[in-house]
Amino acid sequence: MDLLEYQGKQLLGSVGVPTPAGEAAETSDEAEAAATRIGCPVAVKAQVQVGGRGKAGGIKVAQTPAQARAAAEAIIGMDIKGHHVHRVWLEPAADIASEYYASFTLDRSAKKYLGMVSAEGGVEIETVAAESPEKIALVHIDPLLGLRNFHVRRLLFGGGIPKEQHKPMANVLTKLYQAFVELDAELVEVNPLVVTASGEIVALDAKVSLDDNAEYRHKETFTAFHEIFATDPQEKIAKEKGLNYVKLQGNVGIIGNGAGLVMSTLDVVAQAGGKAANFLDVGGGANAELMANALELVSGDPQVKSIFVNIFGGITRGELVAQGIVDALKSVDIRQPIVVRLDGTNAEEGRRILADNPNENLHSSPTMLDAANMAVQLGA
Amino acid sequence: MAIYVNQETKVVVSGLTGREGRFHALRNRAYGTQVVAGVTPGKGGQEVEGIPVFNSVREAVDETGANTSLVFVPPPFAADACLEAADAGVDLVVCITEGIPARDEAEVYAYLQQTGVEMIGPNCPGVISPGKCNIGIMPVEICKEGSIGLVSRSGTLTYQVVHELTQHGLGQSTCVGIGGDPVIGQYHIDVLRKFEDDPETTAVVMIGEIGGDEEERAAEFIKTMTKPVVGYVAGFEAPAGKKMGHAGAIISGSKGTAAAKAEALEAAGAKVGRNPTEVGQLMANLVQG
Repeated sequence: MDLLEYQGKQLLGSVGVPTPAGEAAETSDEAEAAATRIGCPVAVKAQVQVGGRGKAGGIKVAQTPAQARAAAEAIIGMDIKGHHVHRVWLEPAADIASEYYASFTLDRSAKKYLGMVSAEGGVEIETVAAESPEKIALVHIDPLLGLRNFHVRRLLFGGGIPKEQHKPMANVLTKLYQAFVELDAELVEVNPLVVTASGEIVALDAKVSLDDNAEYRHKETFTAFHEIFATDPQEKIAKEKGLNYVKLQGNVGIIGNGAGLVMSTLDVVAQAGGKAANFLDVGGGANAELMANALELVSGDPQVKSIFVNIFGGITRGELVAQGIVDALKSVDIRQPIVVRLDGTNAEEGRRILADNPNENLHSSPTMLDAANMAVQLGA
Repeated sequence: MAIYVNQETKVVVSGLTGREGRFHALRNRAYGTQVVAGVTPGKGGQEVEGIPVFNSVREAVDETGANTSLVFVPPPFAADACLEAADAGVDLVVCITEGIPARDEAEVYAYLQQTGVEMIGPNCPGVISPGKCNIGIMPVEICKEGSIGLVSRSGTLTYQVVHELTQHGLGQSTCVGIGGDPVIGQYHIDVLRKFEDDPETTAVVMIGEIGGDEEERAAEFIKTMTKPVVGYVAGFEAPAGKKMGHAGAIISGSKGTAAAKAEALEAAGAKVGRNPTEVGQLMANLVQG
């Protein structure tokens, strides 16, 4: 789960990373009141799960509460790289002396944690990495060893952090690492990590991404932050029903079993000249209830013109899947044509069950490629 | 000879007394796999259809000579079960459990590196050597004894490709489902190395998907292989930044795309199919001429 800046700051702040105190606002009234309480000048910052908001005009500094109001009016409702701005975060405008970069993440290639520090903060780290990679310290950390002093020293010296800042920076890095581990984060990134004119170190931005698999260890955090995200309506329903669903842009609804097979199904639909409307993995046990929920969800998407059900019977037997689809069609009212492709264990028996229960909306095809072609044509 | 498992494999099942563990362990035994023990703390002394249950993996290994662990316990306890098995001295851990936090997986990986114990998974369907041994949840009905090796990150997509191969009359030496998580025990490249050295394997199918750079690393090794490889990559239509079912299936920025992986495989000399059917066809052309 990618958190918004202010959510990340709240979490980092809770383990002792210095973050500016501020307030979130969803309306210009709220923003003006918040600016009054915080005291101007304030920074008014769009809260979106995407980088580059500064360049897009999503960050403004206001000298008065009235200006903060105007800034919030301009920013709320903006579209930044496809992300709608629902709220802004207001915090005291910082008096910046230097800008650093610091992050901890899991490096998939090395299978270790990776710490990164650079004195070249405030710009995209990818840019620094491309133009002057020697200015970034990259240090791998054995998960069983944890962050040790020598790691921290390598980060500070390697990242070009001035000596007089080493002590307070070491403290901040230790706290950041603690946050990374304790929160089960996939990423904690602070850019910029600033030194103010008065010499304080403050996390001026925060990008925190939490591991969805660790939700059971952080129930409260996930519950608190989940409800804030206004996701796509179909994705919201899917979440409630426990279906693994991602909304896409095409018009062929997809239901399949197994993540790899569903990804492959999206590709095959594209090869047949269509575009998938969604990714939906019903997982291992494709029973009647699961199929009914999946069909209801996909058929409820107004963009969907046809539905492609692609099931490979493994341990789940074909005849049970077929019965599930037939039962589901009795309980769910579906207007779109459905193409079912059943293969694998007991697939022939399954196809016979589909044939024995004719429905004008229900089509069957024995192979994945033929079924994809049919679904694309029916949805055209 | 097959890779990872064979007739000598003796399996201890962590979570044997659970619903999933029991169902699949008994299926594995029915296939001919030696399932010699189960582990459920507090249920030591019980039996599941004649399979003795122990309180710890150490006890199970001491009493039965088990050399392979199969893990079916829920995510909060799975990492501990993998570590316990490695500590007890098995040679191989096969972890089926889906939904283990990445931090736990990174810790398990680091410990396995120290002990030299190999792990397949987590979040995987397991490993089958048709006619010899089946460990995990793969459907045996679609497999056939033969000489094609197969390695894949996904479950049902593996079944689909195995099915295509079998329909062409192409049997499999070993099928290895390595799992869809970001940190797993054995990667494509590890399995390819074993297939290259396995006298019973004549050609290899490698199935990848979006996310990470393991397919690219495997491609570097394929350049050096003497055995032909047919590749397939799923997820050309996946948008950036969205997890596609598997925790590891995500395009981060411009990294981990299907197109880049397919290109790397082709550049390494592998034939790459555009869909599972084409994979079967390409392998048939290659083997049968």
